[in-house]
Amino acid sequence: MVNVTIDGKQIQVPENTTILRAAAMAGVKIPTLCYWEGINEIGACRVCVVEVEGYDKLFTACNNTVDEGMVIKTNSPKARKARRTNVELILSQHNSNCATCVRSGNCNLQTISNDLNIQELSYDKEVPMPKFNKDFPLIRDDSKCIKCMRCVQVCDNIQNSHVWDVINTGSRTTVGVNPKANCLEESGCALCGQCIKHCPVGALRERDDTDRLFEAIEDPEKIVVMQIAPSIRTAWGEPFGLKPEFATVERLCTAFKMMGIDYVFDTNFTADLTIMEEGSEFVDKLKNADKHKFPMFTSCCPAWVRHVKAHYPDFTSQLSTAKSPQGMFGAVAKSYYADILGVDPKKIFCVSVMPCLAKKHECDIPNLNDACGDQDVDLSLTNREVDRMIEIAHIIPAAIEETELDKPLGIGSGAGNIFGATGGVMEAALRSAYFLVTGENCDPDAFKEVRGQGDWREYEFELAGTTLKIAVCHTLAATDKLLDALRKGEVEYHFVEVMACPGGCVNGGGQPIVDGFSMQEERADWLYTQDKNMQLRFSHENPSITAIYKDFLKEPLSEKSHHLLHTDHHGWKMFGEE
Amino acid sequence: MSRLSITTKNQAQTTVETLYKDLERRIDASQPGLCPVDLAASFVHMCHTQSCGKCTPCRIGLGQLENLMNKVLDGEAEEETLDVIEKTAEGIFASADCAIGSEAARMVLKGIKGFRDEYESHVKYGKCGGSHHQAVPCISLCPAHVDIPGYIALIHDGRYEDAVNLIRKDNPFPAACGMICEHPCEADCRRNMVDDPINIRGLKRYAVEHEDNIKTPAKAEPTGKKVAVIGGGPGGLSAAYYLSLMGHDVTVYEQRKQLGGMLRYGIPSYRLPREVLDREIEGLKQTGFKTITDTSVGHDITLEEIRKANDAVFVSIGAHTDKKIGIDGEDAEGVTSAVDMLRAIGDNEMPDYNGLDVVVVGGGNVAMDVARSAVRLGAKSVKVIYRRRKQDMTALAEEIEGAIADHVEIVDLHAPVRVEKGSDGKLKSLVAQPQLIGAIENGRPTVSAADTPEVEFACDKLIVAIGQGIDSTKLEREGIKVERGRISALDTSDIEGADGVFAGGDCVTGPATVIKAIAGGKVAAANIDEYLGFNHEIKSDIELPRVRFSDHEPCGRVNMRELPADERIKDFSLMEVCMSDEEACQESGRCLHCDHFGYAAFREGRSVKW
Repeated sequence: MVNVTIDGKQIQVPENTTILRAAAMAGVKIPTLCYWEGINEIGACRVCVVEVEGYDKLFTACNNTVDEGMVIKTNSPKARKARRTNVELILSQHNSNCATCVRSGNCNLQTISNDLNIQELSYDKEVPMPKFNKDFPLIRDDSKCIKCMRCVQVCDNIQNSHVWDVINTGSRTTVGVNPKANCLEESGCALCGQCIKHCPVGALRERDDTDRLFEAIEDPEKIVVMQIAPSIRTAWGEPFGLKPEFATVERLCTAFKMMGIDYVFDTNFTADLTIMEEGSEFVDKLKNADKHKFPMFTSCCPAWVRHVKAHYPDFTSQLSTAKSPQGMFGAVAKSYYADILGVDPKKIFCVSVMPCLAKKHECDIPNLNDACGDQDVDLSLTNREVDRMIEIAHIIPAAIEETELDKPLGIGSGAGNIFGATGGVMEAALRSAYFLVTGENCDPDAFKEVRGQGDWREYEFELAGTTLKIAVCHTLAATDKLLDALRKGEVEYHFVEVMACPGGCVNGGGQPIVDGFSMQEERADWLYTQDKNMQLRFSHENPSITAIYKDFLKEPLSEKSHHLLHTDHHGWKMFGEE
Repeated sequence: MSRLSITTKNQAQTTVETLYKDLERRIDASQPGLCPVDLAASFVHMCHTQSCGKCTPCRIGLGQLENLMNKVLDGEAEEETLDVIEKTAEGIFASADCAIGSEAARMVLKGIKGFRDEYESHVKYGKCGGSHHQAVPCISLCPAHVDIPGYIALIHDGRYEDAVNLIRKDNPFPAACGMICEHPCEADCRRNMVDDPINIRGLKRYAVEHEDNIKTPAKAEPTGKKVAVIGGGPGGLSAAYYLSLMGHDVTVYEQRKQLGGMLRYGIPSYRLPREVLDREIEGLKQTGFKTITDTSVGHDITLEEIRKANDAVFVSIGAHTDKKIGIDGEDAEGVTSAVDMLRAIGDNEMPDYNGLDVVVVGGGNVAMDVARSAVRLGAKSVKVIYRRRKQDMTALAEEIEGAIADHVEIVDLHAPVRVEKGSDGKLKSLVAQPQLIGAIENGRPTVSAADTPEVEFACDKLIVAIGQGIDSTKLEREGIKVERGRISALDTSDIEGADGVFAGGDCVTGPATVIKAIAGGKVAAANIDEYLGFNHEIKSDIELPRVRFSDHEPCGRVNMRELPADERIKDFSLMEVCMSDEEACQESGRCLHCDHFGYAAFREGRSVKW
């Protein structure tokens, strides 16, 4: 332990504690801008500078540690002036048109600038002219980038994707696409969106498609059908200060209905359908093990699908052919549900709210048009876009009642609900695989040990005399390690779940942003709590699932199922894919 | 009113002159990884400020050049912009009235030819070509990438054994390198921006001298793989050391009586005492590799036999053959090569130079080594004859100064013409033609015969120190690829067409430095390990002290001192004096910790394993 004095307060802290953490322990909050614990501790912005007695130079609190007897002043005139100068310098190159910025109100730079009471700048503005492709799901606006390097760190260290890199030197140093790629579109980017989640300002954002939904709503010819992904219910209320217990899908349903959306359903329903198809596919492969290559990989995460196609194409054939829940919903909405409504499926405008950027790409994949020839899913919005739509429609979520989701596609099981957390797809699949193989239900919590936050988890389960070897993986860095180990023959599995984002969809690239926090554990806990409290915890027991098979699909892997619910992952190409 | 006055500098001028010095040091400390176009543009800007303003090309042209270059840098230029830059610079070069304009334009022209691809990358893609990352200067410039800030911090903390063990992670010759390394690490030391580079080599020597016992790191489990190393010099022994730590069964073949290569047979003991070298080699052998001395591959045993008996082979035979001047009379008795002389000294067979007049031909570090050795062997006089000027010699400046202090006379601008023999056929003198220094080509001045008569230097010994060659013919006969006398190995030390045979050190690079040979051995060890199907990691778990805070007030560098010349020339005992405790403490405290402050906090920082 070492003794330090911070802003006059004496405190004992463990050795090697950073000044920033020691200050927090003393109840002193040192402002930070580029810092993100564990991800970016590089002292780039020089906002967290503090004065240490005995030294003329200031030191960054985020990446320097305390020493015995150190006397630290976090708010001395020298520290305050230098901090302010640095923020002013950053602002001099930052497009501060906050009124039209998607991050206004949730921007680290704006907060610090306001906190320091910066009302005018001592410097001329030198803002670069941004150039970006408005049509790509991921947009980088150079005029707002403050070169904090968080996106580079996340892309390198969490996702091992190296899409973002530092380019140029000296005054022109900035963030750009890795010099090996010509542009973002050709960079092999998985579109996980984690760079957006870690951006402290509005330099990275998703393509905003909210107007397209409003146009569809305004079109009297169109029947707008909305699906809500499992993880949305963990987070959509956060920007409004609402807890997930209150910010339910039913309340979100009310908001959608107020906006004029015709039918609101639950992606949990097609998560259950995915389990039926993917689970049956897996059981079938197990029965004919000699004809198939293992492991089989889940295919519901489109960022993972993009990643494997771009970087490990030799594994593409091992992806489950099942479409993602989003994709299955589109195909069902424009066939089965159109039949129920008795309308031309081409009149249906199918929208999803997803925690994800890659879903925007997924719905535009040309061969996902199996129901009626149109795109199965017309539009995918992120959770953040939906929150913005609530604002646009000036709905006050805290003041609205709940509305039950529409039937029959609004019924989902607890198994579908946990799709949003790492391990959830695997657990849901195991619950039903047990039934498919043994003909009876297991305890719904029989496979709960697959839950957790380890980025590469391995399990073995006995299933009717077969030892199943499975793995659950999240983050693309861990995924790459797993794939490398598979290539080298160091590991073998029957079934592997992969989620590109750390923690799975609950921390997806399209989720609300809480600077400095991933929120992945808190949000996952809510999905599991909901699952535990549900009567319906097995995908195969969902009455709407039973009905769709009885009335429409006949059985899992039937010809109709294959046509509507499965896809050829080789039917489209990533840039450079052969 | 006085007619004349003495010109005195005003305060502004005096201050600007200190700024020039600051800038010079800053330029000295420029490290790789900067955008050359950006640098060129800033140079033009500085040149422009030097313009007197009289003439059009310089006053306006240089500014327009800078504008054009900035357009390129801002991604606003087109392909034709490069032509305009070139045309403008050519115009300025041709029409400027004085060097201020024409030389500035020449710099731009050099750049547009020398790094046109960088210009084009900015034009086509709006960014620098390739990645420019500023690594820690000392670590990146050390060929073996030794964790220098790490061991300097340990020295400052008084943890000398940890410091030396941290060095051994990347360089198993800390004692030898502490004494004789050419310290490329110091070249771009960022401390140069404040005052002077850190004396890194001197600190290394200090740490080694304060190490109690050499500790061998834990070895990996035996792999059952056999590796032969041909050549027991610094490169070969480094590879043997790391490969043994990785668990491989290593045998080193050495053609001479003793191990050490050029460390023993090229570097005189007044720079590297034999006890120090022997102790270091004994320490390396603790890892368990076998050594077979007095065995020449290609003569006593064939490469083929070695390849059959081993799973991989590392060739590190060095550059030990001498080069001849190619003048009449060179075969006279009394003419010897630096290689032969130093080899004998290496085996402690000291020639008797008492009372002899000695002439050395050459201008490199080896020439200085033999000249200073000749002094120590009792020579009456020692002259070094060199074609170009003293400042053009490739020897380190401190070696030349040291030789002069040792009473060696440098006779520059003299080219050897012939060796005169006496009636007994023995060496009588070296005849040399005085030279005129001339035009600079490829960065070095050329020389031509001056219009003055030849000069005769009477001597009893003539030592030729004009470079070494590689004895590659035997290996070439056994199918090893050789190009221009050197073994043709890739940067990974693989040899194309010879599966399982690797090469590194002087036999690949040509005569170079010890630390480059060590790096060659390290690279080969890693790649041989991988070739054998393993991925052993050489790592250090030494925890570094907490990073020190410092205001970096300018402070003089501690230079190494040598024994007084009259004392040191009496024998071959070590000439350099180790730093004192207080010197080492102060010097290690000057380190700016570029491994923590600056870019390394983000990327390209320390690596704890390889």
